[in-house]
This record gives sequence, structure tokens and C-alpha cells, in this order.
Amino acid sequence: MTTKTVLSPLPGIFYRKPTPDDLPYKDEGNPCEAGDVIGLVEVMKSFHEVKSDVAGTVVRFLVNDEEAVVAGQPLMEVEE
Amino acid sequence: MQKNKINRLLVANRGEIACRIIRSASEMGIETTVIYSQCDNDSLAVRLADNAVEIGPSPASKSYLDIQAIVNVALDNDIDAIHPGYGFLAENAQFAQAVEDAGKLFIGPSSRTIRLMGDKLAAREIAREAGVPIAEGSQSRLDSLEEMCTTAKEAGYPVLIKASAGGGGRGIRVANNQEELKCLAPQARAEAQAAFGDGTLFVEKYIPQARHVEVQILGDGNRVIHCYERECSLQRRRQKVWEEAPALILTDEIREKICASAVTLAGHVNYRGAGTVEFLYDEGTEEFYFLEMNTRIQVEHPVTEMVCGLDLIREMIWIAQGNPLRLEQGEIRIHGHAIECRINAENPHRDFMPSPGIAESVTFPAGPGIRFDTMLFSGCNIPPYYDSMIGKLVVWDDSREAALARLRRALSELAVEGIHTTKSLHQALAEDDDVVALNIHTGFLEQWLRQRPVTTDRHIM
Repeated sequence: MTTKTVLSPLPGIFYRKPTPDDLPYKDEGNPCEAGDVIGLVEVMKSFHEVKSDVAGTVVRFLVNDEEAVVAGQPLMEVEE
Repeated sequence: MQKNKINRLLVANRGEIACRIIRSASEMGIETTVIYSQCDNDSLAVRLADNAVEIGPSPASKSYLDIQAIVNVALDNDIDAIHPGYGFLAENAQFAQAVEDAGKLFIGPSSRTIRLMGDKLAAREIAREAGVPIAEGSQSRLDSLEEMCTTAKEAGYPVLIKASAGGGGRGIRVANNQEELKCLAPQARAEAQAAFGDGTLFVEKYIPQARHVEVQILGDGNRVIHCYERECSLQRRRQKVWEEAPALILTDEIREKICASAVTLAGHVNYRGAGTVEFLYDEGTEEFYFLEMNTRIQVEHPVTEMVCGLDLIREMIWIAQGNPLRLEQGEIRIHGHAIECRINAENPHRDFMPSPGIAESVTFPAGPGIRFDTMLFSGCNIPPYYDSMIGKLVVWDDSREAALARLRRALSELAVEGIHTTKSLHQALAEDDDVVALNIHTGFLEQWLRQRPVTTDRHIM
């Protein structure tokens, strides 16, 4: 089993939930398919979905909800 | 009204408009203070202002939208007046109220006028009362789906579903028939409730292929004058991309009528300050319809300044000091033609993906008839937290044809390294036969973009 990370495609603010009142897209221990949405990045007032490029189980998030991220920053660990 | 001399001005904004306001105030001998968020600590506005005060962390909600923090800066720094610019708190009645309550001047209309015009359904009623043409649609707030369907049927499909608390194109949906209306209205209501805290909707007849024509007005609370009109039909996602003054599609007769309507509307609410009355213009029928009134300085104000030979920020400050308008209507005249291109930090070859970062090197266009309102300088940081607009390239010449040639020349001189910009989009538009022929409407640009394959070849764009 190997651990892989999902990277942020953009700089901005990372959100784990579609809206503040919703549940997170993914929690630790959830299964994750390639193409699953794992969060949003808000950049210059527009929101972009972050999709996983790996499949497996979510191990942990490496950034908090509403935290600033840079392009290429690891967001989430997945165990294949 | 007694005169209130402004000695110290607080600029409650960032980016190019903060620079724009600082420059006019400085020419008037006014000491300027600008607020800035953490990531804007070395911005051009901070460099240009006499004083700068850090207001909070980078996200706008914790800095440029923090009403109490901004009022505190005004109180602590013996500020006389606050200019809100556009965006952020510029049309927030609560902010204007807080500034008034703190005993400071808000450079703009009263909180009451902002509240009134911010309610788009109320604004429609004011227009109706004032005898300004409005598109067929709701007479009052529509609470039930049945009422909406009846109104839509009377107006005739397609209709627009709009949020009363919206404006600026936000939360608008098109329904082509009753089925679509029934499906879209609940979504629109939920979205408006979530976004604006008010789910009030109204419907309005949709006019396809209309042009966006807006009239610049100035009022002192007693008298209102207009500074003619702008055409802003080139839009993407209901955001203006390219603006011109005057709107050459209008005949002199219609120009006089539309400008008179704007003056009537603003006069009806004893408007004080600079404002813009937006209309849709139907070329086929030569009819125009009131859209909304914006109670702030607008992004595209420079095209009006270029053709009228005015400084609208200076006039706003003059009016806020309690003075009557300096100008008579007869003194406002259009000379030549002006075009503005909004330069955004976006990649037009990747579906306008935002492109924040360091603008390593910047070369500005110059020469006759060129104005570039921007926050750019070589090495400046374009943060990911705010709007993507980083500059407005404005050209003036004695005819539209000459202005277009000057625009092509100016765009070719503009160079921004390190981040993507929409320069190539404007270069393509400035060469386009339909744009050159002014054969455009509010849906034109999105259609135009759809007809172009996604490409990384900048010569095709």
C-alpha cells in the first residue's frame, strides 16, 4: 500500500465543504475514486472544484478548511 | 447645506480604484490615507497615499469588508470623509449608515438612497413612478409561483427571473416557458436567500440581443445633470469587458431621451453624488428599458471622463463637501470617442482561469490619447483573494475608427510578464469585423468565444 497526495491546482482559499452549512466532501476514512471532488479552491472570486487524481481511502487532510493554499500544495493524503 | 471642507480622506478600497481616488484627492490638496490588508502591504495604493493603515488579514471579509474596523481607522486618524470606490462596501447601506453615524462624510449618496436603489424591485417602482420606461414584468413582490407564472404569461416568454436584492447581473436566470419558470424559480429563491439574505424575486421580459447603454449622472441633492452615455454590451458572465463612450448606435434624439430619463429618475430621489442609470436598448424597436441604478463610481467611468473632459472623482469630492454642482448641463459636451478594455489577470486560452502571482515585469503603453488606470508595477504581487481586474486601458481619439487604431497600437505596447492577462482577447476583439462595425449585443461575446476552439496558440485567439 502506498500513500499518495492530492495537490491544489491553483493558489487561493481551500474549502472542504460546498457551502458553510454542508458536510465536507470527504472525511478521513472515506473511500475516494479518481475524479471525486475533494474540495473547492476560491481564487479571484471564482470557485474551482479540486478533483482527486488517485483512488483509495482518505488518510488525512494536510490543510484546514478555509486555509490559504499555493498552487501545487498537498491537500489530502490517500492510501491506494 | 453647509460646506464641509475635506482635509483628510480615507480610501476604503484597493487596487486601481484606490490609486485613482488618491490621485484626484492629492491634486485637490487633500491628505490621503488608504486601508490595506496583509497581502496588499506593498501595493501601489499604499505607495501613493500619504498614509496607509493595515486593516486585517487578506480575505476581504476580514479586511476590506470589515465595517467596524474601517470606521475605527477613520475615528483614530481624524479623517473627514471616506471614499468607498466600487465593489466591497461601495453600495452597502449599512456601511454608509455607520460612516454617517460616526460623524464622517460618506462620498456617495445617503444610506437611504443606497438602500432604496439596492432593492431592485423598489428601484423599478421608482422608475415607474418617475415615468421612466421599464421592461414588462412584476408590479410588486411575487410570493407565489402562481403569481410569477401569471406575470410571466402577461409579459410573454422568455422572461428573466431576478433577485430583488441582487443587481450587477448576479442571480439572474432565463426561463423560456412556464415549465422552466416553475423549475428555476425555487432554485433562484433559495440562492437569493443564501447569497443576499432575501429571497424576493421578480420577473421581467427578456429582450434578446439588446445592448447595454448606461447614463452617467451627477447630483447635488437639488439638481441633477448627465454626462451622456456609455455602451457596455461586450460582457462575459454578465461582467463588462469592454466599454465605450458615446454609444454610437443611438440617434441624437434617442440619446437626449435616454439621458433625460436618467436625470428624471435621479431627480425623483433627490440624488446626491455620482451615479449610473443602466438601460437595455432594443435596436429593433428603438426602445430603452430601465435596468438598475448604481449608486457608486463605476469601473468604466474613465471613458466618460475622456469624452467630456471631466474628473468624476473630483466632482464627487466637491459634492460631498456640500457644494452645489459646479457645472451646468450645457457645459457638458461630448468630444471624440473613448474605449476602455478591462485587463484581467486571467488566461483567455484556458477558459479565463484566474492567474494571480508576481507581475515580474510590466511595460505600459503611452503616447497621445492613452490612459492606463492600473495597480501594476514591475514586481508587484497580484493576490488570489480579490477581483481579477488589474488595469483598464483607455484610449481617446476624435473618431471611433481612430480610437480603434490607437487601441490596437496601445495593446501592442502593453506587456505583462509573470502572469496571464486578457490582453490577447482585446487584441482579437479590436480586429473583429463585428466589433469594428459595432454590430454587438449583450450576448455577443459569449457566442463569439464559443465559436473559437480552445487553443494555446495566441495568434488564433
